[in-house]
This record gives sequence, structure tokens and C-alpha cells, in this order.
Amino acid sequence: MTFPPVLSLRGISKRFGGVQALLDVELQLRAGEVVALAGDNGAGKSTLIKVISGVGPADRGVIEWEGRLVHIKRPHDAHALGIATVYQDLAMCDNLDVVGNLFLGREIDRVGILDEVEMERRARELMRTLSIRIPDVRMPVAALSAGQRQAVAISRSLMGAPKVLLLDEPTAALGVEQTSHLLDLIEQVRDRGMAILLISHNMGDIKAVADRVAVLRLGRNNGLFDVSTASQEQIISSITGAADNAVAHRTAGTEEAWP
Amino acid sequence: MSGGGSPRDAGTGGGAGTGTATPGRGPRTRGWQRSLKGYADEVRGRVRVGERGPILVVLGLIVIWLIFQSLDDNFLSPRNLSNLSVEIVGTGLVAVGIVFVLLIGEIDLSVGSVSGLSGAVFAVLNVNLGMPEWLAVIVGVASGMAVGAFQGAFFAWLGVPAFVVTLAGLLVWNGLTLYLLGASGTINIDEEGLVASLTSEYFGAMAVAYGLAAIGTAGYLLAALRHRNRNKAAGMPNRPLSEIWVRGGALAVLAFGTAHTLNRFQGLPLALLIFLVVLVVSDYVLRRTRYGRKVYALGGGVEAARRAGVGVERVRIAMFMVSGTLAAIGGLFVASGLTSASPTTARAAGSGMLLINAIAAAVIGGTSLFGGRGSPWSVLLGVLVIQSIASGMALLGVEDSVQFMITGGVLLAAVAADSLSRRAETPGGRPRAG
Repeated sequence: MTFPPVLSLRGISKRFGGVQALLDVELQLRAGEVVALAGDNGAGKSTLIKVISGVGPADRGVIEWEGRLVHIKRPHDAHALGIATVYQDLAMCDNLDVVGNLFLGREIDRVGILDEVEMERRARELMRTLSIRIPDVRMPVAALSAGQRQAVAISRSLMGAPKVLLLDEPTAALGVEQTSHLLDLIEQVRDRGMAILLISHNMGDIKAVADRVAVLRLGRNNGLFDVSTASQEQIISSITGAADNAVAHRTAGTEEAWP
Repeated sequence: MSGGGSPRDAGTGGGAGTGTATPGRGPRTRGWQRSLKGYADEVRGRVRVGERGPILVVLGLIVIWLIFQSLDDNFLSPRNLSNLSVEIVGTGLVAVGIVFVLLIGEIDLSVGSVSGLSGAVFAVLNVNLGMPEWLAVIVGVASGMAVGAFQGAFFAWLGVPAFVVTLAGLLVWNGLTLYLLGASGTINIDEEGLVASLTSEYFGAMAVAYGLAAIGTAGYLLAALRHRNRNKAAGMPNRPLSEIWVRGGALAVLAFGTAHTLNRFQGLPLALLIFLVVLVVSDYVLRRTRYGRKVYALGGGVEAARRAGVGVERVRIAMFMVSGTLAAIGGLFVASGLTSASPTTARAAGSGMLLINAIAAAVIGGTSLFGGRGSPWSVLLGVLVIQSIASGMALLGVEDSVQFMITGGVLLAAVAADSLSRRAETPGGRPRAG
């Protein structure tokens, strides 16, 4: 890989009172690549997502965007760079229809009057290019299934043409078939050249869609694996802490993406 | 009536265009069936997300009218219906204000007192202090807007629950009204004046009522057809043309029927015209503008709205200002109907009858107490139900005590229906969010 990473974190630390939530965490995201962020509860996954999305900035550390130093202090900063986040709660307005949710906050209008036809047209186009199957874009989001809602939330995050997409446990509430649809969607988004950070507990999902897995344990990096070569046992033992850290790091060290 | 905004919602107010289609009409049978199927699907979808169509309320209204007509022949006389169309306006305007606040998931309990206050402010300034009538009207309405801004700020910035702020307001503004009227007691307003004419002015020329009916019907048809053509040009699926004509036809029957009835008495009342204009404008702002979308978004999820860049605090304050303003305007119509502002009516306003009626009107019409669902048009239907009951019972000489119990019961039934539909909203009982 010759391009610099889209997003690169180094030495990220964050402390909540007496708890060291993150310590010297490193992470790199490249265009067209899915990185899974794995780790046990309390390992610092959500904290790291909040650092990147600007919801909870880091105390220390360096963030580089396409090779240049940036500061992400507010969610707005992350948006401006091109970082989109889909939170676990999805943050949708149940009473609005799919079109309304997709364009929420960026409605197409002429002097304040909504252009519903144009918005619906683009919404249909987006749903079609992403092969998302929903009964009707004019349906209130409340009437959609969990998987469909998740798909709508992800496609909404793509509206601003971001370069990095953060997904917080997108498959947690989904059934088997919905999960496989969602993984297809993630691959499609990846193929459009986006960098994706996928928080997940599910080893199956990680194996299916991720290129690399970054494991956090107790707020520190605890290994970076190439999904195609690493065994599931290796990853799991790294998550649970059963693995010998030195070995894990040595494995990681052979990975060129790791500095 | 979701925030979704397609012509299917374009208000007939009575929703009279729904469900009236009868299948099997010659060569177009196929189109009809498709239209019916589409409609059935739509109803199913709505019921699934907890939206009651207006059809039940329309049926309820018809039943109420038939009952009162059978008890008293005069109930459906042009005279009584015309009076009814004027009587609904005061409560109706207050209820439209309530709809704005309900849409963001809050409540304003002070509207009854605020309407009393604006009437008193107007009467004291105009009659006692000799201020020009137009200026007194402006000050009266502005007082309502100021009250709304004050209460909204308390809620939005200090985080005091809206029902507590406005409950305190209910007492405070009622106290202020009584204080203002205290020195003079009942103030009779000029019977020839501007405010009095609000409820006493009629457009006697038949052409006015019929013309309005024609404009309304044509406006609906043009908007619906234009939307259809744009949809077609963009290559998107459309609802069948027959449906637009059925709805337009139903609207025409309703509009011209109303115009005919009004013309058999004194013509189109000014009050009704103002009410309809307020409904059309509020509905347009809420459903078709960027700003209105923010309001619905706020009702659908505060966090989602905030993340989408909605200025939550400012929208909240604005909605309370709208409700205060419309309550004040409604108060002027109430004062106009009585041609006076008196401590007795102020006490009555403070007792909450107007408040209850306004909330009931909004909720009966289908606006949800839980935010994000409803429309100003719901008020027209709801206030007709409420005022028909009140008017019918007054005609029959039913005592206040019984009226109170019945109105309270109707409100409770409407709110219960709202709560039940909300419970049905989440398919499979899945917990919301996360």
C-alpha cells in the first residue's frame, strides 16, 4: 500500500477520573479497507470511537488526516474532515419517512420550501445503488425492521460523501439474514473506496467482512491481525488476554501497516 | 399525516377523501381496484406505525350529529351549523397553537389563561385607556407571544419541565388577568368595533363562500396534479390518477356543501375564513418547509434532531411562542363572541375548560400527545366534535356539570386511543433505540 492512511492515530490517551480508558493507542485506517475494532467490554472501543468522532476528544495523542496533523475537538470537526459515524442507537426520527431521515439536516429546498420530489428521487437512487431493499421510501422509519433501519442509518451517513465511516456494533440487534445483508452493504461501501472502522463483538462478522482486526484490551492495543491469516483462536485469546502479549505484538510487527 | 409530506396528506381537513371509493365503475374498474389496494396498504402501514386515519373521527362526528338531530330538529339547521362554524374558531385557534407544542412532544397548559389575558389586555387598553383598537389588538396578541417566549425560555434553557412551567403559567396569567380586570369588573367592548366584528361579520354575497370552495378544490387538484407530473418526470411511481380525482371530488362535495349551508344563513363567516387561512398556512409551514421539518424531527427524537443540526432550544422556544400567540388570538375571538372581558369569563378560562377543549380538539383529530405526529388540520375535525357536543348539549339545556363530565370523558377516550396506538407503534414489542 503506497498511499498514506486516511486516518492515523498515535499515542491516543484518555482518562476518566481515576480510570485510564485509553493509553497510547494506535490505529490506522486506509481507503477501501475494513478494520474491525474488537475487545471485551470496557476495553475502550466506544471511547476510541468517541475520540475519532469528536464526541469525547482525547487528552493526549496525535491524529493525522491524509498525512497532515488535525485536531478533532467537536463532532463538527469530524464531519468537516469527512468522518461519518453510525451510533448504535441510530439516531433516527421514527415519525419521519425514509426520505425525511436521509435528508434530515441537509434537506433540498428552494427558499425554504422542501423539494420532496427531488429528495425522493435521490433517495431512491441511493437505495438502488446500495441495493438496499425497503418496501417504500415514503414509509415512516418506525415501520421498518431493525435491519432496514440500520441500512437506512448507514446510507444516511454516506450522504455527505465521507471518507471514513465508523460503525458502532451495527449487527448487534440483527437476525442472521439481516446481518448478511448488512455485511454486503459494508462491502459495497468499502468498494466505493471508503475506510471503515467496524466495532464488533461477533467473530463471524469480523471474519466475513474485515481486512484487519485491531484488538483493544484494558485501553491499550493488544494486537493487530490480518484476518486472512490469523486464526480465530489467536484473535479471541488476544481479546480475552489469554494470549502472550509478546507473541501478539510479534505477529503484529510483521504487518507492514503497523509502524 | 406524518411529516412525510406527499399529496396524500394534503388536507381535506375532514379527510373526507378517504375510503369513499366504491369499486366497479365501468371501464376503469382496474384502476379503481389498484387504488383501493394501494389505499388498503397505506392504511395497514399507518396502523402499523400507530396512526389512526381520520375516518373513525368522521364517523364519530356523523353519529354525534345524528344523535343531536334526532333529539332536536334544529341541530342541523343552517343557522345552528353556521353558528357552530363561528363558535369553533376561538377554541380552534388555541388548539392549533397546542398542536405546534404537541408536535415537539411537549404541552402548554397555560393557553386558556393566556387567551383570557389577551382579551383583558385588549379591553383595558382599548375601552378603559382609550388606545386605538388596532394597537390594542397588537398589544394583546404580543402579550401572548411574550408569555410564550418567557415560558419557552424557562423550559428550553433552564430545563424546567414544560408542564410545570405552563401549569404555573396557568395560575399566574389568570391571576394577572383578574388583577387587570379587578378595578373595573366586566368591560364591554365596542359592539361595532374591529374585535366584535371578528365573530359578527359575514360575507353575505353567495359568491364569496362558493368562490372559496372553488379555490380550495382547485388548489388541491392543481397541487396534487403538479406533484404527480413532477414525480412522473422524475420516473418515480405515482399513486393512480383516479385517487386524486376521488379525493378532489370528495373535497368539492364537502366544500360546496358547506358553502351552500352557510349561504342559507348569512353567508361565509369572517371567523371561519380566518380559521381556515390559519390552518392552511400552519399546515404548509409544518409540512412543506425546512423549518417545519425541524419541528417534526424534534418530536421524533431530540437526540437525532440535535445531531442533524437542529437548534433544539430555539425551535422549542419558537413553538411556545406560536402557542402563546395563537392562544392570544383565540382569546380575542372568545372576547369577540361575548363582546366583553369579565372576571367571570376569566375565572372560567382559568378553570381550564378552554384548555381541555383545545387539547381534546387536537388529540381527537389525531395529533399525538407524544410528539412528532399530527397536523393542524386535525384540529378542524377535533374541534367540530368538541363544539358539536357542547353546542348540542346547550341546545338541549344540559347542565354544566354533565357537560364537564362528558367533555372530560371524550378527552380521556381520545388520549387513551392515542396511547394505544403508540403502543402498537413498535412492531414486535421491540424496545426503541439501542
